[in-house]
Amino acid sequence: MIRTGQVLVLTALLACAAAWAVDPTHLADPKLQARYVALTHELRCMQCQNESIADSPVDLAADLRRSVRELLEQGKSDAEIRAWMVARYGDFILFRPRFIWRNAWLWSAPLVLLAIGVLVSWRIVRTRAALVAAEPDGADGEP
Amino acid sequence: MKRFLLPLGIFALVAVVLGVGIWRSPEKGVIVSPLLGKPAPQFSLPNLTDPAHPVRSADLRGRWYLFNVWGTWCVECRAEHAMLLNVQRSGRVALIGLNWRDNDAEALSWLQQLGNPYQTVAVDRSGREAIDWGVYAAPETFLVNPQGIVVYKHIGALTEEAWTREILPRLPPPVASKS
Repeated sequence: MIRTGQVLVLTALLACAAAWAVDPTHLADPKLQARYVALTHELRCMQCQNESIADSPVDLAADLRRSVRELLEQGKSDAEIRAWMVARYGDFILFRPRFIWRNAWLWSAPLVLLAIGVLVSWRIVRTRAALVAAEPDGADGEP
Repeated sequence: MKRFLLPLGIFALVAVVLGVGIWRSPEKGVIVSPLLGKPAPQFSLPNLTDPAHPVRSADLRGRWYLFNVWGTWCVECRAEHAMLLNVQRSGRVALIGLNWRDNDAEALSWLQQLGNPYQTVAVDRSGREAIDWGVYAAPETFLVNPQGIVVYKHIGALTEEAWTREILPRLPPPVASKS
């Protein structure tokens, strides 16, 4: 009798551990499971905006994880699943933003700034070189 | 003086670009729905008050309606309820409710206690329908036109301001009561 009681308590404790895990989902196919984990980590929980749906304990995140799982099981590709999410929640749901015309300036900004930097330093080097060439006696100034 | 012109110019340009980014972003902090200007999701859902007649998007074609997502667990929904009753009294547009992730009995008693502003309430217990609408926090309200296109979305409790400034101007003028 006591044994049964102990077993029950232990079982209850084990169940608690499962409940604490935010996402207990486990897909039978390890490949699908890997894609599931990757996808849920790169989709934003819209309610608690700095968490991914994999890390968030809110109901909406659980619903979105269920959607990801169902879409995976339907054989949808990662790109299709991302597009499905973007169609409903917009680009904001992606933690890794896509390159679209609206944010093209943002993506190209580092390159543009680098180009400006190169241009400016090239001009400085050229003017300095010209100065040195004009004063062959030395750059010290006083002859 | 001339040597400061270029850096100053670059600074001004960056300031203008960032400034435009900050001030022009529509409703700062609010996420713009990709549904705007697109057809509202198709659905056929259980009817909260009349189980024999499911709520179907096809039946809503041909008229304007406000699609209001709510739940009895949602504090802001209680706050906006008086406004929803005002909307219903105005008779300008039908209110269709989406009872999101809720319990039918509690939803019914909520409507009994606070008054029912809805023409119909669709039930979305699993939360699947709300995802199709891109709902992320109740209450949310969508204005759908007779062609079934989402023309406006309000996030958070519906306010008098949103009603008079955003929703009323989009609706056709009221029909005169006398003919």
